[in-house]
Amino acid sequence: MITNQIGKPANRVDGRAKVTGEAKYAAEFSAPDLTYGFVVSSAIAKGRIKSIDASQALQLDGVLQVFTHENRPGYIWGDKNYQDKDSPPGSPFRPLYDNEVQFSMQPIALVVADTFELARYAASLVKVEYVTQEFDTDFEANIGKAYVPEQYKSNPPPEPWGNPDEALASAAVKIETEYAHPSEHHNPMEMHASTVVWGDGGKMTIYDKVQGVQNSQQYIAKAFALPMEEVHVISPFVGGAFGSGLRPQYQLFLAVLAARELKRSVRVVLTRQQMFSFGHRPKTVQRFALGASTDGKLEAVMHDAFAETSKFEDYSENVVIWPGVLYHCDNVKVSHKLVALDVYTPLDMRAPGGATGIYALECAMDELAYKVGMDPLEFRLKNYSERDQNEDKPFSSKELRECYRQGAEKFGWNKRSKEPRSMREGHNLIGWGMAHGAWEATQKPAAAKAVLSADGKLTVSCATADIGTGTYTVMTQIAADTLGMPLEDVTFKLGDSSLPMSPLEGGSWTVSSVGSAVKAVCDKVGEKLLKLAQQMPGSPLASVTFKDIIFADGQIKLKNNPAQGVAVTDIINQGGFEGIEEDVSNEPDKGQSNYGRYAHSAVFVEVKVDEDLGTVKVTRVVSAIAGGRIMNPKTAKSQILGGVVWGIGMAMEEETVMDNNLGRFMNHDLDKYHVPVNADVHDIDVIFVEENDDIVNPIGAKGLGEIGIVSVAPAIANAVFHATGKRVRDLPITLDKAM
Amino acid sequence: MKDKPQNETAEKHTPFLPPKNTITLTINGVEHRLEVAPWTSLLDLLREHLDLTGTKKGCDHGQCGACTVLLNGKRINSCLTLAVMKDGSEVTTIEGLAKDGELHPVQQAFIDHDAFQCGYCTPGQICSTIGLVNEGKAKTLDDIRDLMSGNICRCGAYNNIVKVVQEALERSQAQ
Ligand code: FES
Ligand code: FES
Repeated sequence: MITNQIGKPANRVDGRAKVTGEAKYAAEFSAPDLTYGFVVSSAIAKGRIKSIDASQALQLDGVLQVFTHENRPGYIWGDKNYQDKDSPPGSPFRPLYDNEVQFSMQPIALVVADTFELARYAASLVKVEYVTQEFDTDFEANIGKAYVPEQYKSNPPPEPWGNPDEALASAAVKIETEYAHPSEHHNPMEMHASTVVWGDGGKMTIYDKVQGVQNSQQYIAKAFALPMEEVHVISPFVGGAFGSGLRPQYQLFLAVLAARELKRSVRVVLTRQQMFSFGHRPKTVQRFALGASTDGKLEAVMHDAFAETSKFEDYSENVVIWPGVLYHCDNVKVSHKLVALDVYTPLDMRAPGGATGIYALECAMDELAYKVGMDPLEFRLKNYSERDQNEDKPFSSKELRECYRQGAEKFGWNKRSKEPRSMREGHNLIGWGMAHGAWEATQKPAAAKAVLSADGKLTVSCATADIGTGTYTVMTQIAADTLGMPLEDVTFKLGDSSLPMSPLEGGSWTVSSVGSAVKAVCDKVGEKLLKLAQQMPGSPLASVTFKDIIFADGQIKLKNNPAQGVAVTDIINQGGFEGIEEDVSNEPDKGQSNYGRYAHSAVFVEVKVDEDLGTVKVTRVVSAIAGGRIMNPKTAKSQILGGVVWGIGMAMEEETVMDNNLGRFMNHDLDKYHVPVNADVHDIDVIFVEENDDIVNPIGAKGLGEIGIVSVAPAIANAVFHATGKRVRDLPITLDKAM
Repeated sequence: MKDKPQNETAEKHTPFLPPKNTITLTINGVEHRLEVAPWTSLLDLLREHLDLTGTKKGCDHGQCGACTVLLNGKRINSCLTLAVMKDGSEVTTIEGLAKDGELHPVQQAFIDHDAFQCGYCTPGQICSTIGLVNEGKAKTLDDIRDLMSGNICRCGAYNNIVKVVQEALERSQAQ
């Protein structure tokens, strides 16, 4: 029997459900007499709705109602009732609140009908008249009005240290440079959807696409003034999210509203176009002034970020913390200002702030390395940071040097010729670039429950999510490992608001937070089992403590004499066993905050640029990751592969284009918003370097959801420079820019 | 809340709803006689009318491949196909691939290679893989990448998907 489950490349425990179509996503739960809601989206970016005429739609047989701000029931409309666990400071959007239009494609009506097709058709018959107002959607035109928000969404930017102005003035080598990336949209393959099942006595069961069922539960309870127990939110499978499900989206509110009014089950699924109507990675411009000595020692860093937000919420992310994490420098000054536009509020998108800040920083540092005439890797080694300078703390662990070493070796970095345009193959210019990166390794409070039943099966649960990250599998492994059981005997349940408390599934903290709770609750079951084993006649464990034993091969064994032990089945079968049920509510250790806790990465990239056409192909990527303990190398590798693919998208393809004449994102579908397809992705090598960390959390894992993306786009951009000699400073690097 | 206007009194230019058609489709080996409105796509027929939700909707515009099914052995985008156009056809969806509880080798390979994360594009990728093997056009790695590019995987599982396709092609050649 396998005993040690952690670190094994187990297949996903939910794999079978996913390859057979049995896995059910939010729009796939059926209900008797289900009705369908179709959202009508605003055609203007700003103004007022003068009138909505739904009479034609309502004439159709089978159309049940058209909900608008005019006929929606009166709810409590205070801002607080619409805030969720991921709301930035400000006044959240309230669907159908009044006749004001705050952004293009704002939901302004919900048509409910017997069938999806009818609801869609009826929606096209709803006539809306608007009074338009002037709007600001032009980022560049409004950058002069950038402001420091009263309150940042997470932490304010770190305070300056040293004498950055003087140090910059006296530096032998300096550069000033500016980088930009556009708005991007998450576009998970599954569109946001909610199915509200109307049950006996008005009890609602809500299937929602979300990264936190308890967030949706709390949001609906507050917005509709319902007791929490009456709102049951379920989400067993999520077809990708990447941050788009961190906030409950408007289809949830509208589906609940319609179900309550009609006393019917309602399903609302957004269209792909409507997936561009809420939340995006904010467009950002970053300015750098960097100074170094002639031998490449970094002497001054100034980093100023300007990022998009909406007019109603101050969204911000950690864009400017990265110099203090990634480089040693004695003189640093950073700032982060917001540019408010008439758009929906931006939303955390895979590695929010990290993908943004590290992209620009790593390109700027590459420029500086060239200016001092140093190899980019050598430059980073020279300025290696041993402390988190933002907070002046040591790192809990940092095996970034090993990432450089193993990554460079695998890639063959030492065969690189430094000069741009110095490597070619036929009409292709070859470029090699690199970048490094980091992402926070955070642990949040989480709870878990474990039930060991009389048939020897263990069920562990927590209200977390699996958005493809492997939560089902890894939690099953942690539980099985803790109690020495085979995976088949363990079931992990998630995605149900009635389960023990979970933080939002995001920020790369699920393994550390929920995993630690799972381990703790299984340890409690183990302690109970030990007590029962000790009561057995002639127990070899009679006089030992929990520290003296291990769970392996379905037995409790003596640590120093594993031949001695008691089988768990014998404990269960001794009579009178009624099962064991344990709960824990787990908090991170306070001592953690004395350390900077980060996962690290080093990424090496080869591109081939067609000299005549400017087409760029990312032919090779080596991503070396220091992410603490790797729970499952198979699912872990998939997360990093996915991060690299996202980096390719960010560098080469993704851009939501704002038409400032209409105040509308124009390329709002998958035809015009390009994400990487199979043909865009070539060789990717993933390396996990060994990293032991017993500070970061009890299981030593740092989380891998975001570290995989952060250094990819800059490594590609730096490779394009190496290939072409041209610095493209605004993403994506389309062929017109690369030529 | 306003009452729904009464149909009797409302002006009589009621928008026209076309009548339903009767069609026969063999879906996963089972013959279905269906009353279908002409505007119902094969995808919506499967998902909403027959509760075969294994076939996914990712765009409804032929831009993502999530809705790929096999129609008479060929892979098609079921969202771009009106059900009434396919009277008399045989449709195989993800639900029809496993036989007597045993997974189709391509399904098993998706699990073994971890060729997915969220699983939402997966039914489409699997049907597309089988369709690609049936077509017999893919000869090289680049062919595979090109011919699988109609199926977007936002989770980015492409490298592992390619391994599955390579294996499936080898298996079919060995037969
Ligand atoms: S749903 Fe058919 S191609 Fe996207
Ligand atoms: S597995 Fe998530 S989109 Fe492919």
